[in-house]
Amino acid sequence: MMAADPKTQATEARIAALTLPEGNGWLAKARQDALGRLQATGLPSRRDEYWRYTKPAKLVQPEPALSVPAAGEDPFAGVDAHVITIEDGVITLPGAIEGLEIATLANAATADIHWARDLYGALEAAGSGPVARPMAMLNTAFATDGLLIHVTGAVDRPVHLRTTGASDPILHHVVKVERGATLTLLESGNIGARSNIATEVELADGAGFHHLRVQGPEPALHVNTHIFARLGAEATFRSFTLAAHGELTRNEAVIELTGDDATATIGGAAFGAGNFHHDDTVFITHDAVNCESRQVFKKVLRDGATGVFQGKILVKEGAQKTDGYQISQSLLLDEDAQFLAKPELEIYADDVACSHGSTTGAIDETALFYLRSRGVPKRRAVDMLVLSFLAEAVEEIADEDLREHVTELLADWLARG
Amino acid sequence: MLNIKNLHVKLEEEDKAILKGVDLTVEAGKVHAIMGPNGSGKSTLSYVLSGRDGYEVTDGSAELEGEDLLDMEPEERAAAGLFLAFQYPVEIPGVGNMTFLRTAVNAQRKARGEEELSAGDFLKVIRAKAKDLKIDADMLKRPVNVGFSGGEKKRNEILQMAMLEPRMCVLDETDSGLDVDAMKLVSEGVNALRDAGRGFLVITHYQRLLDHIKPDVVHIMADGRIVKTGGPELALEVEKNGYGDLLESA
Repeated sequence: MMAADPKTQATEARIAALTLPEGNGWLAKARQDALGRLQATGLPSRRDEYWRYTKPAKLVQPEPALSVPAAGEDPFAGVDAHVITIEDGVITLPGAIEGLEIATLANAATADIHWARDLYGALEAAGSGPVARPMAMLNTAFATDGLLIHVTGAVDRPVHLRTTGASDPILHHVVKVERGATLTLLESGNIGARSNIATEVELADGAGFHHLRVQGPEPALHVNTHIFARLGAEATFRSFTLAAHGELTRNEAVIELTGDDATATIGGAAFGAGNFHHDDTVFITHDAVNCESRQVFKKVLRDGATGVFQGKILVKEGAQKTDGYQISQSLLLDEDAQFLAKPELEIYADDVACSHGSTTGAIDETALFYLRSRGVPKRRAVDMLVLSFLAEAVEEIADEDLREHVTELLADWLARG
Repeated sequence: MLNIKNLHVKLEEEDKAILKGVDLTVEAGKVHAIMGPNGSGKSTLSYVLSGRDGYEVTDGSAELEGEDLLDMEPEERAAAGLFLAFQYPVEIPGVGNMTFLRTAVNAQRKARGEEELSAGDFLKVIRAKAKDLKIDADMLKRPVNVGFSGGEKKRNEILQMAMLEPRMCVLDETDSGLDVDAMKLVSEGVNALRDAGRGFLVITHYQRLLDHIKPDVVHIMADGRIVKTGGPELALEVEKNGYGDLLESA
């Protein structure tokens, strides 16, 4: 027998450390399907083009490289929301909320949640079309739990999903927003060591989904997330992530605009120092007429930190009147930090407006002098300019209160260093 | 108040002398004006006093009330009582004007060992001072200088000066880019701050600002030196005859 290649070996080693959750029916079938795709594809290695700037080893290896349990305060403290907690893998749901049905993946096998049956793993599989996403396949196959959120009306307050505790969870959430319904989902967590979280979001015509996520500020985090979204006509999708200080973060977003006049906005503000490595990888597909997409990512890097942005806009044939915008910018606070950007456009329609830009810059010395000349100490002045730089990305948060909340959180984190 | 002796300055990156022995003393309660042709070193003097990077002092000294300015960081000079009104105030998106000013005021108070102003007290003070300069609530909320007109930026500089209450104010070409009405408003703001304990150094290319901010002493600067010192009539002479005649006779 021929020895397996290193990629297959790594994949099998990872799989061997996991247990396929028991059960049968549609969920078991979806898991088996994902496992098959994973084994055919193999887990990522540094040689994969899509992982060129981010070493996947720590995300892929059977056991997490870190063993520090994270603790920390709630970044959304003071925000009025329905709270769902996942603490050491135990999900606690709030009482009944109008316009919302929430179930857990663990119970899904026995319940007939027909809407989830059609979605679980389906958007992930579709999103692995142009570029394989084996870490998401792994997630679909082995997720221990997750939320199934069905939005049928207007929800009065945001839903806040707070995940804490146990090391190395694999969680898979599915959200379906029905026609005309909207949900604001806040996501935060202090998960020690390592986490792999996938979220599939299906938006019916005219549906709205606003996602605001905070990652950090604990340093000992290895985070891998995927968001797969599919938008119907006139649907609105917004996602924004504030990240600080995690050691290794790879956030992937795969968004498909399948109905006319839909809008997708995805953005992020990240800052970190030292061994901070932060990767935003985005793939947006325009497959309908008159849709708009925006990608706005900003990173502040210091003392050897690395920022990565891989963003693609694919405009399919017939997706006329597409308006695609993409900007990625970094502020390097010293010469040791680096920012690696790979913006891509692939366009098969002739009546579209797409733009992308990427910049890397240092702190504006004139602005720094201006602030210091008013008596602001240098350290504080740099913080103010960092805040100034990130503010343009934070502007992408549509809700004014949440935007202010994030700005204050950011200022607070910066002040603490 | 401000004592500058034999100040020699060159650009850090090039071997080019800009100030070649400036001697200047500004007494408390007095307004001194420095006039001079472009490239004479006027703005460099203001930058060197406030501590901007890129300049090297090769000789001489500058003291504020006996303290060596040249040995301090920019923020320490500010806390010691020095203020520079910029010729080109800097835009800082994403940082509210009010937040910026409160941070600056309290940083200075802290550096001097004074109690910080509460949000409420600060608001009361800034509202009153802003009103005098016709700066509305919206301008206070907006990001620092972003989208401000030339006149609004200069008024904002004077508001900062009024809030920080420096002992020594250096105004670098504050009249540039101002129309007559804006110049009047800015000058009124400056004049309101004139008192026995405060010194002013007004740097300007033209005499017209000095119609509104009446100087006690006028200096003419050329090629990195003060070449002539006199009363307000010196400014009128410049206005009438230009710098050419003055420099020839100097």
